[in-house]
Amino acid sequence: MKKILPYLIMATITALPITVRPNTSVGLQEFSAERGKNLWNQKHTISGQTRRCTSCHTGNPRQAGKHVRTGKMIKPMAPSVNSDRFVDHKKTAKWFKRNCKWTMGRECNEQEKGDLIRYLKSI
Amino acid sequence: MKTLIFSTAALVLISTLYLGIQGAWSNNDDPSHGLGKWQNMKARSTGVAPVTNTLYAEECGSCHFAYPPGLLPSFSWQKVMTGLADHFGDNAELDAQTKQQITKYLTTHAAESSNYRRSRAIMYSLQATDTPPPLRITDTPYFKREHREIPNRIINLPKIGGKLSRCNACHQRADKGSFNEHEIVIKGLGPWND
Ligand code: HEC
Ligand code: HEC
Ligand code: HEC
Repeated sequence: MKKILPYLIMATITALPITVRPNTSVGLQEFSAERGKNLWNQKHTISGQTRRCTSCHTGNPRQAGKHVRTGKMIKPMAPSVNSDRFVDHKKTAKWFKRNCKWTMGRECNEQEKGDLIRYLKSI
Repeated sequence: MKTLIFSTAALVLISTLYLGIQGAWSNNDDPSHGLGKWQNMKARSTGVAPVTNTLYAEECGSCHFAYPPGLLPSFSWQKVMTGLADHFGDNAELDAQTKQQITKYLTTHAAESSNYRRSRAIMYSLQATDTPPPLRITDTPYFKREHREIPNRIINLPKIGGKLSRCNACHQRADKGSFNEHEIVIKGLGPWND
């Protein structure tokens, strides 16, 4: 055992980058408030309409928004002024699914959701 | 309009008589029964049953006023509930379990299962047409008739938004299931004067 140990360690070290590399290439980057902010304000054209998150939530997440179709008030999105935000995982997931699909025509991926939450929590 | 008032009055009269008779028939064993029923009927006749289900109020009241189930027949609710991913152009998707619970509440409290006056009027207006019931309350014949006198200048106010689906923008007690004419206040315009 003593004799093969160094070889074993060497083998592990050389194998390590190979097994880790594919993970980093598809894995998550550090979440970024900057990227989140850009996505929050980005315009998308869906069914001939310009849509963005701010269509209903306003550009300032510390302020109340208004549903663009129904006019109903939407409480601020920033947890700094509305402590009810991002506390109920099921609720957050439900709205991410609906609103990303409606606004961008597809679901948001984990990176985008993380960036968006990082942004909304930063202000 | 006159004939409408007339026929409504006639309907009320008939149902009063009917209940009176029913009361008399069932009076034998419980003397208060007939009166109890009559008082019940009076309370019920003000509008539609208000929303009582908290899951429904929460899920279907997040984007707009939570419409009382007695405003549409179960046929319509069933259709609304099977098309939530494209819900009048919005996405209102729900998980299967929540969807099932809400569908059950809506269909068991739908217009045809309600004694309230407006629910019955809605059913009556639908039965008079050959087309299947619409998905929108605002597309039912009863609704259209009641609102046909509202001018576009009011409907197009920003608060109203070009459609009549924001019931509570005009009916101040809509959340109580009450849609009486004299409770209508349109913000910026004051009370509605016919
Ligand atoms: C058509 C209107 C509309 C648009 C556009 C919209 N939202 Fe929303 N959003 C709502 C409503 C309504 C709610 C629920 C009301 C509430 O929670 O106060 C909500 C809630 C949320 C929540 C739930 C937060 C929580 O946990 O309480 C998240 C997350 C969210 N929206 C993200 C987004 C993102 C990201 C976008 C853009 C991709 C977006 N929304 C675009 C209407 C909209
Ligand atoms: C994501 C937002 C959203 C949610 C959640 C939502 N709705 Fe809606 N609903 C809308 C929009 C937008 C309209 C169209 C409003 C308009 O045209 O003025 C609408 C319209 C309606 C109408 C037609 C109103 C009329 O004109 O008569 C009914 C009925 C309705 N919704 C029922 C429901 C029910 C039941 C639920 C719960 C399962 C629900 N809604 C949840 C956004 C939503
Ligand atoms: C623009 C304001 C406005 C909106 C929005 C509105 N209504 Fe009305 N509604 C009225 C007015 C005004 C009348 C009385 C019409 C008349 O008698 O000339 C009325 C009458 C009614 C009546 C009959 C009341 C009676 O005393 O005979 C009912 C029921 C009703 N509305 C239900 C609704 C529902 C349900 C909605 C939402 C889907 C709605 N309304 C949306 C203004 C509005």
